[in-house]
Amino acid sequence: MKVNLRIWRQNGPGDKGSFQEFPNVEVTPAMSFLEMLDVVNVSLEAESKSVVAFDSDCREGICGMCGAVVNGIPHGMGQRSTLCQLHMRSFNDGDTITIEPFRAKAFPVIKDLMVDRSAFDRIIGAGGFVTARVGSAPDANAMPIGKDVADEAMDAATCIGCGACVAACPNASAMLFTSAKVSHLNMLPQGGAQKDARVLDMIAQHDEEGFGACRNYSECEAACPKGIGVNFIAKLNRDLRTAAMRAR
Amino acid sequence: MKLDSKVPGGPIETAWDRHRQSIRLVNPANKRKYKVIVVGTGLAGASASATLAQLGYNVEAFCFQDSARRAHSIAAQGGINAAKNYQNDGDSVWRLFYDTVKGGDFRAREANVYRLAQVSVNIIDQCVAQGVPFAREYGGMLANRSFGGALVSRTFYAKGQTGQQLLLGAYQALQEQVAAGKVKLNTRSEMLDIVKIDGKAKGIIVRNLLTGEITRHAADAVVLASGGYGNVFYLSTNAKGCNVTATWRAYKRGAAFANPCFTQIHPTCLPVHGTHQSKLTLMSESLRNDGRVWVPKKKGDFRAPSQIPEDERDYYLERMYPTFGNLVPRDVASRAAKKMIDAGHTVVEGGQGVYLDFADAIQRLGADAVMDRYGNLFEMYERITGDHPLKTPMKIYPASHYTMGGLWVDYNLMTTVPGLYAIGEANFSDHGANRLGASALMQGLADGYFVLPYTIGDFLAGETAGFRDTNTPEFDQIEGEVRGRLDALLSVGGNTPAETLHRELGKVVWDRSGMARTEEGLKEALELIPEIKERFWKEVSVPGTGAELNMSLEKAGRVADFIEFSEVLVRDALTRDESCGAHFRLEHVTEEGEAKRDDENFCHGAVWEYTGEGNVPTRHIEPLEFNYVKPSQRSYK
Ligand SMILES: Cc1cc2nc3c(=O)[nH]c(=O)nc-3n(C[C@H](O)[C@H](O)[C@H](O)COP(=O)(O)OP(=O)(O)OC[C@H]3O[C@@H](n4cnc5c(N)ncnc54)[C@H](O)[C@@H]3O)c2cc1C
Ligand code: FES
Repeated sequence: MKVNLRIWRQNGPGDKGSFQEFPNVEVTPAMSFLEMLDVVNVSLEAESKSVVAFDSDCREGICGMCGAVVNGIPHGMGQRSTLCQLHMRSFNDGDTITIEPFRAKAFPVIKDLMVDRSAFDRIIGAGGFVTARVGSAPDANAMPIGKDVADEAMDAATCIGCGACVAACPNASAMLFTSAKVSHLNMLPQGGAQKDARVLDMIAQHDEEGFGACRNYSECEAACPKGIGVNFIAKLNRDLRTAAMRAR
Repeated sequence: MKLDSKVPGGPIETAWDRHRQSIRLVNPANKRKYKVIVVGTGLAGASASATLAQLGYNVEAFCFQDSARRAHSIAAQGGINAAKNYQNDGDSVWRLFYDTVKGGDFRAREANVYRLAQVSVNIIDQCVAQGVPFAREYGGMLANRSFGGALVSRTFYAKGQTGQQLLLGAYQALQEQVAAGKVKLNTRSEMLDIVKIDGKAKGIIVRNLLTGEITRHAADAVVLASGGYGNVFYLSTNAKGCNVTATWRAYKRGAAFANPCFTQIHPTCLPVHGTHQSKLTLMSESLRNDGRVWVPKKKGDFRAPSQIPEDERDYYLERMYPTFGNLVPRDVASRAAKKMIDAGHTVVEGGQGVYLDFADAIQRLGADAVMDRYGNLFEMYERITGDHPLKTPMKIYPASHYTMGGLWVDYNLMTTVPGLYAIGEANFSDHGANRLGASALMQGLADGYFVLPYTIGDFLAGETAGFRDTNTPEFDQIEGEVRGRLDALLSVGGNTPAETLHRELGKVVWDRSGMARTEEGLKEALELIPEIKERFWKEVSVPGTGAELNMSLEKAGRVADFIEFSEVLVRDALTRDESCGAHFRLEHVTEEGEAKRDDENFCHGAVWEYTGEGNVPTRHIEPLEFNYVKPSQRSYK
């Protein structure tokens, strides 16, 4: 089958950027979306032209490195999947596919489809950890944790940090990302000691990075490849209120 | 070259304790004067960087991804072993040690393996303290599952995302230290060479992948945690970016490379389809806990699996290995699959595959319980193939997955270059000729959290702290060579993409040095690889310049290194004229079709030393002694 591609090309953060058309690209239905981009790049290289810059690594939906907006939807139209898990069988012969980078003030475009998501690392560094010096831990079974709690913490911890939530949000908020980490750690007894500081510091960092405020659009939940729910944002808000009160 | 393993004498049970007592310590007040470079932020690199920083050292860490959290470790699915004996099924440090030595087919260093089993219990404690959400039972205690090569249930897991959760734990500890200013983290940076001063590793040369800028970094010691080289086969379960460059460059600067031919082929991956495929997807080994492997008894039987009655199915692992059944080690399971396929029992028309069937487990446990254990793996499978394993058996086939070989290290994890350490999959240390499932995560975290942070002190204590000078003739020279090589890649001016040449190389190595090897095939590979190398330097297309983000240049540099490296891999496979673990020479097979070791002549690690461009490297040996687990023919019957 053949598809027509419109791919965003931008030569660095300062460049204005525009779409480049790739008509009639030959693909097979079994190919993944990124393998389709590989094909485009291999033919560009064979003509000694500069390749389309895009990020990827694991190519199985877990590293969070890939991501682009496909026909207006972050990660394309696959339900609960990343761009690397999208396959060409989801498209029809003759389709035109528009591919753009994740756009947000806090995610500057580096080149073409590649964006800078280092703000996420700084949000984690602000409080998304449990301070536990190596060598000081008690026996792992010393503190039982109910299966329901452990499972819910795991649901939050499953976030891959891809940034689709930000790209989907009309306000470019990173609240789903931030709340997933706050919830994961605040829910567990091990995270208890730093509960208040965690939520306050991570939110402060979130705002400082230039992410917008959460206005409950819930677009993030729909875009999340891991199905992380906005219920974690509600949880974060509860923790935030308690922490702010105690801090007073 | 002298290989001193530095293994402490005396009883193995107390060796690590005694060693820790005997090695030099750095005065706590002086630690902040030392700086350590860590290349890699996977489980090994992130855990080492965070721990060294907690101890007070200054750390500068590097990775080529855009965030430390995206290292390939993130993709590990099944779990991590530890000798906790929480299941009360008779596990112990001794048993984990025994299983690992035996699983590695008696080609690993006993003392290292024993230490690994000892610290395994601390790893789980540490991870739980960090908030790693391991699976739990209803009473709140930690849950376990079984993995291949063991008769006890000692694997801890977090759904099918264990590597992700362990790495996030280490990454979060790392980012805490970054925020505290104790670790300087350079993402999107690729180490391209090692700099030695007076024979000791004191720095690295790095290319900024966004700007192309080449920078120099000096420190008191250098640690490589750069992962494995499974992508030498092109198609593998490794992330696309995994490469051999860091360890290969170190090899060319004097760090010997051990057992490069010990490469693991994982039995449960999705079969190859089409010609554009960029990688193979692993289906975790944990599936063999509840899944049963079978093929039709009749050759060329392509009826739907539901149409094939029970008595026309061959559950060949259960038939051939009644004791371990579907839980035999990986090398054994992979070869058994190959044997069935070679005999014509494939379940993929025009391709290669066997069934992994969950029907019995679903009947026994119910669909919900099965989904609870493997839900995300089943979803992943469905996304790629369009089939759901609750409804129809999975189709699987072996693929390149892990590399036991790596830089030679002593008991302190130091390479043959003083001050240069290798940890995690990048070293050769603990798995011998075959790694057991759920043991790579264990080894990466053992090295990073519990071993290197002590042993590196022994070296640093003997060094004057504060080596930071990058204006030396040594840095000038190595940077010049790095630039020269990049220029050479950029000026070939051909029109074959590096990806295409990588694919070709992969096929040569897979066909002749993959699951089964022969003298003839290996010799052929030694003819073919130099041809690919020659073509590479005539034909490769690298558009753009070095002074910008240039994915073609990155890829070409890595492929060039894979080509050179593959020759040593093949040479190692050729000179190891025996079968052991994953290294299967068709000339050396027992009557039962298993790997036939030659302990008389090959009970050693093969350690390759670089001897200059175009020269055949020198093969040294580290003799292995087995004082605790007596080498025997492995049997999983
Ligand atoms: C699909 C899959 C599933 C697996 N499942 C399991 C499992 O269930 N249990 C288990 O025990 N093991 C499993 N393994 C094996 C295990 O995941 C790996 O062996 C382990 O994670 C390797 O960790 P590492 O820290 O050594 O290296 P990696 O995680 O590979 O990290 C390498 C790091 O080095 C950096 N790097 C490399 N080269 C350079 C360079 N030149 N310059 C700068 N940085 C560089 C990278 O950026 C990265 O940060 C699995 C492997 C695969 C492929
Ligand atoms: S490449 Fe890793 S999630 Fe897509």
